[in-house]
Amino acid sequence: MDTQHATSIEQLFGYSQTLTDQDVREEIVSSIYQTTHSICKDVVHYSNKEKLQRSEKLDKILTSPIWGFPIMLAMLAVVIYLTIAGANIPSDAIANFFNWIEGYLTAGFKAIHAPEWLYGILVLGFYRGTAWVVSVMLPPMAIFFPVFALLENFGYLPRVAFNMDRLFKKSGAHGKQSLTMAMGFGCNAAAIMSTRIIESPRERMLAILTNNFVPCNGRWPTLILLSSLFMAASFTGGMKTFITALVVVLMVVFGIIVTLTVSWVLSKTALKGIPTHYTLELPPYRKPKIINTIVRATLDKSLYVLKRAVIVAAPAGVLTWVLANLYIGDTSILMYVVHFLDPFAKAIGLDGFILMAFILGLPANEVVLPTLLMGYLATGALTEVDNMSELSHIFTSHGWTWLTALNMMLFSLLHYPCGTTLINIYKETKSVKWTFVAFILPTSLAIIVTFLVNQIVRGLGLV
Amino acid sequence: MSNFRIALAGNPNTGKSTLFNLLTGLRQHTGNWPGKTVIHAEGALDYKEKHYTLIDLPGTYSLYSNSADEEVARDHIIFERPDVTIVVLDATALERNMNLALQVLEMTSQVIVCINLIDEAKKKGIEINERKLARKLGVPVVKISARNKTGINELLETLDQMADGKIATNPIQVTYSNDIEEKIAQLEPLVQRAVGDAFPARWVALRLLDGDKSFLNALKKRQNGVQKEVAVHGYSACH
Repeated sequence: MDTQHATSIEQLFGYSQTLTDQDVREEIVSSIYQTTHSICKDVVHYSNKEKLQRSEKLDKILTSPIWGFPIMLAMLAVVIYLTIAGANIPSDAIANFFNWIEGYLTAGFKAIHAPEWLYGILVLGFYRGTAWVVSVMLPPMAIFFPVFALLENFGYLPRVAFNMDRLFKKSGAHGKQSLTMAMGFGCNAAAIMSTRIIESPRERMLAILTNNFVPCNGRWPTLILLSSLFMAASFTGGMKTFITALVVVLMVVFGIIVTLTVSWVLSKTALKGIPTHYTLELPPYRKPKIINTIVRATLDKSLYVLKRAVIVAAPAGVLTWVLANLYIGDTSILMYVVHFLDPFAKAIGLDGFILMAFILGLPANEVVLPTLLMGYLATGALTEVDNMSELSHIFTSHGWTWLTALNMMLFSLLHYPCGTTLINIYKETKSVKWTFVAFILPTSLAIIVTFLVNQIVRGLGLV
Repeated sequence: MSNFRIALAGNPNTGKSTLFNLLTGLRQHTGNWPGKTVIHAEGALDYKEKHYTLIDLPGTYSLYSNSADEEVARDHIIFERPDVTIVVLDATALERNMNLALQVLEMTSQVIVCINLIDEAKKKGIEINERKLARKLGVPVVKISARNKTGINELLETLDQMADGKIATNPIQVTYSNDIEEKIAQLEPLVQRAVGDAFPARWVALRLLDGDKSFLNALKKRQNGVQKEVAVHGYSACH
């Protein structure tokens, strides 16, 4: 009986196809539009036409062919400038606070005669790792997220998408990819889900494969911190902050250029096709509920990212400490791994520690920097850290230059998506092959770019 | 306590998720841009001795299965058949939003039209006569502002009454061209014979005329699913 149902609805479908020609959809849609128009004509009354046009006037400026891009970049620069300028002071204060607590913890462990390895795992590994994540990441996030959320709630992001729209179409991708890319600035894993708004499977795949090239929440802190420590070292005061922000903005622009280039290459090769047409709708501007937005963004987003970082960083901290303190012969396992990775890492301008941190950071980008610090600290170069200038010292004592920082920023920007994002890519594409492409494509690109940058800068003798 | 399933439908960026969060006390991410909710979220609400399960459908401009999220929304309304569907419209762009409401009204009669962002509209000098609109649409219309929490009580009250079956609705039907109407009339009895009363025949006929393969596939999948379930039941009965 049920089989009969299935066939008869199928037959009916075939039959109805013989009744119609191509224009049915258009006729249906136009009848609906006519009906809504006649309903609304009677029901909606406008008393102030001028106010309605305010939004359009603003759009003329924010999405203008001349001013659109400069305004966009300036906005990004201002947001990052505010983040960097504001984050310096609290970072120190929080680091001091954690240090103060650590003193008591150490005293406590001594008082109960805890074994050395337990103290090492819990305080030097777990606690210090966690403390670093919090003091390094919380202040920038507590400024960046609320400011970003205010822009988002005001309605600026769709204008960004609107500006980018043409570029994406030119690169053979779907205009809506500009929206999913904008979402990637928050979280790539969520952005992968949001590619569902793109109808064509080909264009959706392009959006999925290239989403990783814009920095997500987990990577902003790495970019901002490294930029402020190394890229503007010779400047002071406001200029220093400005240069730091400029470098981060350039990173973002570079990420967008890579997104467009990779989309273009893929749409000419593996994912051939022409972009489908669509209209992007600009929602009205809305005055955000300022206090509400700030509180929500700080509490929800910052704490969410922090929680994720701590959950992954805590085991990573313990693991790093254990690897650093388990010896085979007279070398720790950590150093074996580092030495093993070192030659390759050096070729792309990093070192074994950094590469190890990226590998351990696969589950979440948030932990790359903390893991790196733990790796450096576990080797005993420095035992205690109490402010941000010493943070810079940890890096330089391991042979860092601005080139190392630049390469780490580039690698962070371009390398494989985090574990959560990869899982989502698999869920959305249902294909091991494409998930693997989403892993290997950015990774190869990251290696090639950092290799070239390293060789060229060294070849020119700039370092 | 009786349990009711309520679906929230609407265009992207109409404050659907804000309303959902307000009603359920959950914290789905909200923001002023389209495409925020791509998979549907579920939450619960208790009001006047009734338990409601709220489903926040992805925001879409139509239900013609152009994309995965439109399919999710359409499948939910047609196959899961929520007890009440609340269609959330943006008061500042009512005409554009109304298209979706009309499409939902073709699928189910248990609809409350909820006009959100009414504060926003007032500031822009837009006035909406909700009583007139309710008469035209044939279903209840409630004006709210989810951000400012106004009109929520009236919405819940309307929901309560509709759940009790105290509200008789008479949803507007879009009239199509004579040509299409004739074909609908021809197909409707055939549809009823093929799929029974489970689905609105007029709407299914329109989908067939539109050549909506995605809906056909979803329907077949459902029927196969039902078949399997029957087979399993049959087996346990024999045991």
